Amino acid sequence: MHPGSEIPILNVENLTVAYQHGETWQNAVRDVSLRISSGETLGLVGESGSGKTTLLYGIMRYLPAGGRLRGGTIELAGQDLSALSDAEMRHVWGKQIGMVPQNPQTSLNPTIQVGEQIAETVRHHLSLDGPAAWRRVIELLEMVHINDPHRVSKSYPHQISGGMQQRILIAMALSTEPILLVLDEPTTNLDVTTQAEILDLIGEQIQVHKTAAIYVTHNLGVAANICDRIAVMYAGELVEEAPTSGLFEKPLHPYTQGLLDSVPRLGETKSSLRLRAIEGQIPPIDEHPPGCVFAPRCPIAIEICKQHTPLYVPDTGRRTRCHRWEELMLEEVFARQKPAPKIQQQDEFAEEDQTLKLENISVHFPVKRSLREALSRSPTKTVKAVDGVNMQMSKRETLGLVGESGSGKTTLARAVMGLVEKTGGKMELLGISLPSRLSERHLDTLRSLQMVFQDSDGALNPYLSIGESLRRPLISLVGINRAQADAEVDKLLNAVHLRSSFAQRLPGQLSGGEKQRVAIARAFASNPDLLICDEPVSSLDVSVQASILNLLNDLQLENHSSLLFISHDLAVVGYLADFIFVMYLGQIMQEAQAVDLFDSPYHPYTEALLSAIPVADPQALQDFIRLEDALPNPTDELTGCPYHTRCQRTLGNICEQETPPWQEDENGKRIYCHIPLEELRAAQKRAFAQPRSERE
Amino acid sequence: MTQYVLRRLGFLLLTLLFTSLIIFAVTQFLPGDPCRVILGREVGEAALEDCREDLGLNVPVPIQYLNWLTKFVSSDWGTSFSTKTAIYPLVMNRLRNSLWLAAISLVIAVPVSILLGVIAGLNENKLSDTLINVTGLSVVGLPAFVTGVVLIQIFAFNLRILPANSSIPPESTFSEALPMLILPALTITLILLAYFTRLTRAGVIEELKKPYVRTADLKGLPRRVVIAKHVLRNALLPTITVIAISFGWLISGLVIVENVFNYPGLGRLMVFAIDRRDLPLMQAVTMITVVGFALANLVADLMYAALNPRIRFK
Repeated sequence: MHPGSEIPILNVENLTVAYQHGETWQNAVRDVSLRISSGETLGLVGESGSGKTTLLYGIMRYLPAGGRLRGGTIELAGQDLSALSDAEMRHVWGKQIGMVPQNPQTSLNPTIQVGEQIAETVRHHLSLDGPAAWRRVIELLEMVHINDPHRVSKSYPHQISGGMQQRILIAMALSTEPILLVLDEPTTNLDVTTQAEILDLIGEQIQVHKTAAIYVTHNLGVAANICDRIAVMYAGELVEEAPTSGLFEKPLHPYTQGLLDSVPRLGETKSSLRLRAIEGQIPPIDEHPPGCVFAPRCPIAIEICKQHTPLYVPDTGRRTRCHRWEELMLEEVFARQKPAPKIQQQDEFAEEDQTLKLENISVHFPVKRSLREALSRSPTKTVKAVDGVNMQMSKRETLGLVGESGSGKTTLARAVMGLVEKTGGKMELLGISLPSRLSERHLDTLRSLQMVFQDSDGALNPYLSIGESLRRPLISLVGINRAQADAEVDKLLNAVHLRSSFAQRLPGQLSGGEKQRVAIARAFASNPDLLICDEPVSSLDVSVQASILNLLNDLQLENHSSLLFISHDLAVVGYLADFIFVMYLGQIMQEAQAVDLFDSPYHPYTEALLSAIPVADPQALQDFIRLEDALPNPTDELTGCPYHTRCQRTLGNICEQETPPWQEDENGKRIYCHIPLEELRAAQKRAFAQPRSERE
Repeated sequence: MTQYVLRRLGFLLLTLLFTSLIIFAVTQFLPGDPCRVILGREVGEAALEDCREDLGLNVPVPIQYLNWLTKFVSSDWGTSFSTKTAIYPLVMNRLRNSLWLAAISLVIAVPVSILLGVIAGLNENKLSDTLINVTGLSVVGLPAFVTGVVLIQIFAFNLRILPANSSIPPESTFSEALPMLILPALTITLILLAYFTRLTRAGVIEELKKPYVRTADLKGLPRRVVIAKHVLRNALLPTITVIAISFGWLISGLVIVENVFNYPGLGRLMVFAIDRRDLPLMQAVTMITVVGFALANLVADLMYAALNPRIRFK
């Protein structure tokens, strides 16, 4: 791909987008220039506050009332968009620019059939009449690999799955053969396996239609997968742009390097390295430093960085906004450093110390019966959210629980916490039986079992100051009085690296990462023996994620706690956990030590998960295992192995009818599968992408 | 969907049954002997006994209830204590009048308020929005007897195009009654407008923020299509249910308007019955009112289900 050799489809020059805050205007995007040619996909990568979304909507001229273009030009196939009115833009939208939005559930009109939502676009822009439009709709649905397109076209959004909704939106965007495809993080809310399928589809469609495309994402792995070139945004500025392989091989900006370093890669564990978090935070929109906007957080900043940094052009197709790019290129200076890991003292605790023991835990939810069903006396259907889970955790161990939506991992966590009543099995905490309901538990139990939730927003009472939120568990669970509590609050804040002044602030004044730190501090306030973390970093930016993971690791070591870490992200879990359980449809499929998880043999589901994860290395080889079909109906009676309906290695009848055995290998890895371990080991090549640096 | 409808109908019947129990029970606890009320104070015991026999007061209370209930269902609502005429035709006539008035009021109020609400919602915080809000608020604050009288003054006395009095005779047809319905309907409309407009405005503002509107915009659909086709059917859901529910109120709650215009509706009938301690009449009007409310609620639920596919298809 030689950018610049063809007439660009999109040519943005010196674009500045501003938002109105009261009386003043503040620039959310400053002086950005981009070019995309036909058939090229440009990735726009950045974290929250980077301005990538603002840039995207600025380019499309779809800004809210308080937003405005304040400079620069936008040329789409030669036509200047910056001068067009809203009504004129409506001829461009949908026709020349097709957009695929985030969050498919809310991006579709809930009261109109999805087929109609595509048909209206086609009728409007292509002047097709009713029947012709519907034929086109069916064609489009088939193009995006939707089975049974007639039925789906007549469905309402809530009747189809997230992955299918996203396919509808993709079909909608491509229905008019636009010259530019704009994708706003379309896979962010989807499961890993669904995400992989959708990314495949997007890549395929871009190839087929030869559209130019902009792909906005915060996930470098996804960008590596789909994009030809990547532009990195920070605080409203373009800080680096390069062809994908070049960017990953040799990033020429410290921020890019920081991003690449903060993401745990498959196979890396906490004992092999410590994640590098970028110090500090993105500056607020009105407090930009003069000169390089990244300088305050940059590990290699020098005097000259206080002056404005122009965009240097190290090579064709590469741009960077760093004064020291030459040194980075020649590796005279390292912005990427892997700090030495904290080695855990393994020999200190006795093997007999068991923190948590779960025996055959089940959580079944009865499904409401209709009158007809009740009268016919058919057995009540149940959703077996958790079905026969066995688990043991030792002291100071981190156990990772991995699964996608519908796996039952969150239900299991809530059952252990007592928030949901278990319907079967036994639970023991520190050798003492644990009552199913929270209300039946002793204060001691509450003190020793704490939880950190995914949504840091909802976890803190917005009317209580941070100090107050932290004092409460100290007073009620630990039993110290109010006067002493203040000193403790201070210690807690320091332990999570927040300044003491945070005690007076309200949650609304804190960022997502800060709120999560407070939630963690609160959880550790009572010095729990077991801390359950349910997706604590999923909603956080990548750089913040790294610091939270490090924090959890450190606090766990200091407090000698055990950690049950739940996530859908195998790389994150693989990094932090000692032991990993993979869960599917309420049952455990595989148990392995973290270091062994990434070696074959794997359970076929684990194999599929591993191959679905996009890796931030464009040279990586990946076995693409794509799971067909959606999850089976949760109320169906499943015999045999729960995974048999989607298994890529199913042996046929035996998997359908007989429950699989637990097979164990010499490392203690246990796999719930009919296929003998040796066969799996032989058949499975490395199921996930091996970063280039580690090969040979 | 049929399941949903059947379930709702079931609830309706249960509600009505339960209410009838309450109404009957209340009348049992009222002091005083109905026969004394009917026959006066001077009559002898024998006459009272006969009266009680006639009215079926000598049987056990549960039987009295069942008798009453069966009679009610078969349109035998007895005789009014005060007018000494059959209750059923009287109440039905008044019900018809109230239904006419309610219908006309809604026919005027609903389109106007939806239009105003949409305009206000689309122009949030701009001049048109402020104007509509202020007008609505000031109008809703005016009591019906003020607006009614003012309307009579303007249209009946000054402009002389509409009648000042709306006491339609019982035998009149709809077209005969129509001119007399307009002024009371306008008075009611002014009250309803404020509520419906605000609700529609809120609904529109809420929906405009949603991502699917952005999707519709960015498909290049003209703005009017985005509003009319995509936004409205979601924004109007709460308004429509409120409109359906208000129908119940419109049938029996318009005492003041009926008084100002001398309109023979159910509201005035109820006041009349209470004034004269006319028990059977009170019971009948109450039951009809309850039936009206319950049906209005049912219609509201059904309409909501019809318009919202998420309820329709579980």
